[in-house]
Amino acid sequence: MSIGVMLVYGLLGLIVVITALGMLTSRNAVYSALFLVLNFATVAVLYMTLGAPFIALAQVSVYAGAIMVLFLFVIMLLGAEHITQRSTGRGHRVLSVLVAVALLAEAVIYILFRGAGVEMAALPSLPPDFASPAAIGQLLFSQFLLPFEITAVILLSAVIGAIYLTRRERQAAARTAAAEQPAEKPVEEPAEKTPIY
Amino acid sequence: MDAGMILEWVIKSVVMVLMLTGGFAYVTLFERKVIARIQVRVGPNRAGPQGVLQPIADAVKLIFKEELTPAGADKKIFILAPLITVLPALTVLAVVPLGPPLNLFGRTVNLFLTDINVGVLYIIAITSISVYGITLAGWSSNNKYAMLGGLRATAQMISYELALGLAIVGPVILAGSMSLVDIVDAQRPMWFAVLQPAGFVLYFIASLAEVNRAPFDMPEAEQELTAGYHSEYSGMKFALFFMAEYIKMIAVATIGATLFLGGYLGPFVDRFPILGPLYLVAKVVVWLFVMVWVRSALPRIRYDRLMALGWKVLFPLGLVNVLVTALIVVLVGG
Amino acid sequence: MLQEYLPLLIIFLIALLVGIIAMLLGYLFGPKRPTRRKSAPYESGMVPYGPGRRRMSVRFYLIAVLFILFDIEVIFVISWATVVRQVGVPGLIAMAIFLGLLEVAHLYAWKKGALEWE
Repeated sequence: MSIGVMLVYGLLGLIVVITALGMLTSRNAVYSALFLVLNFATVAVLYMTLGAPFIALAQVSVYAGAIMVLFLFVIMLLGAEHITQRSTGRGHRVLSVLVAVALLAEAVIYILFRGAGVEMAALPSLPPDFASPAAIGQLLFSQFLLPFEITAVILLSAVIGAIYLTRRERQAAARTAAAEQPAEKPVEEPAEKTPIY
Repeated sequence: MDAGMILEWVIKSVVMVLMLTGGFAYVTLFERKVIARIQVRVGPNRAGPQGVLQPIADAVKLIFKEELTPAGADKKIFILAPLITVLPALTVLAVVPLGPPLNLFGRTVNLFLTDINVGVLYIIAITSISVYGITLAGWSSNNKYAMLGGLRATAQMISYELALGLAIVGPVILAGSMSLVDIVDAQRPMWFAVLQPAGFVLYFIASLAEVNRAPFDMPEAEQELTAGYHSEYSGMKFALFFMAEYIKMIAVATIGATLFLGGYLGPFVDRFPILGPLYLVAKVVVWLFVMVWVRSALPRIRYDRLMALGWKVLFPLGLVNVLVTALIVVLVGG
Repeated sequence: MLQEYLPLLIIFLIALLVGIIAMLLGYLFGPKRPTRRKSAPYESGMVPYGPGRRRMSVRFYLIAVLFILFDIEVIFVISWATVVRQVGVPGLIAMAIFLGLLEVAHLYAWKKGALEWE
């Protein structure tokens, strides 16, 4: 592994960690969402350096382009930009610290006992059409045909779930719209009659 | 990879970005002139002969304008939003070939920044992140018009992105590749607009909505929303939104011409490669003219109808088009 | 592999630079004389009423959810588009089943009025 590649990975890894921390520590939920977008984009660049441009661009399109738009909409929808101090419970915090410590310990133990002295494997030289769209398409329709079809079922159930969950709000919105309609009928005369030129 | 290649990329990137910004300036003049003629007016004709210096005068004016930041705005995001809007507009054309390889200074120069085998997916990915600038501009302004305009624009863009994505699939199926260079090459016998009439029309309509052009410029409907998401922007920040909007017009026209109208292909292009970029520019100008024509001819569509058109007409139509195209390709082996 | 993608990084940086230069020009040469009236949010000349950001209709949220799901569908269609010839009729049938299931989802959303916008 050359120094240049190490540097690129190091830099990208640093950006990923910094954006993740930024997301966690931002008091404003919109900032958190934007840090998460940056995080997804950097992870996409990491995929690209691993020779998987298809996954990288799909990641940008679906995660950064679609899912985060939903997050932003939800934040704006609820007017929940500013998270109050009390919004996360003590239990959550303790649990998250425990999980973080466990993951860190795992990484340290791995590096100390397994990774010590072992030269990091160089990237195997990839075949020229590795991860090309054609190769992915071929795999999708042979080896991964069943997961592919199951994806459709999952997406279908997600659509039904989303519509069911928003059903009440949509009905309420329709009712208020209907209730407001006649009330607006009598047009209020302006206090001062504007002269017509 | 050597210093020479990096220098070539830097030069190409600078040329492309400058071409787009210059193109933006003159597309605004082109639009004003064409609309003026359609409305039996003369249009701008004071700055320079026939008004050719008008864009420069506009730029100078905007540079010296005061920039306002509304009270209660989120300053950081308010400043960031124009930048985020301009970035995807300037970079989306990086994968489009602007001409056949040229012999310049004794070496072959490819007239594209890069040819990647996921080019079409790159365009879709860039399109999908272009909504952020608009949403954030609307949200950070602390203005009701801007907020509603931004949300409407975002909802519209994501709805039409589906139809746009499906319209692009047609040429990909026919060419069997996502590289735009391959897609242009595959159109040597016949333009894809002929083989894909439904996809072509779908692309044209969806791209109008995607760049918020009339008759789908609902997010900026001035009667109800003032100027939509950029109501509170002035000076150069406003200019950046304006620039992004017109560069997106150029971008969708160029991508459309490349996917459906044979890109840089034309008669004698193999013998005189220099004709390639000229053909592409001619196609893009015709495309832009039609966009301006549509704007001056059609009234704005109501927002509920706009969403219905996207979800209930264009999206299913796109799916049917993809399936029929694939069926013909598989059965006939096209 | 990476070589083809490096130009994208370069053009991103240059585009960013152009945007920053444009904003700097305005910042350097524009006058800055804010007053309270001038920096009030624009509300067609009326005195601004209530907060500028308010809760938005649940419809926007629903459209965003539906967009995610159908965007994934489009990505799958694109991954199939390059190999339509190679995977042939079996692939076409598999894709038709996939699209059929999602069309059920689309029709369900349509019939439940999730696509209406009144």
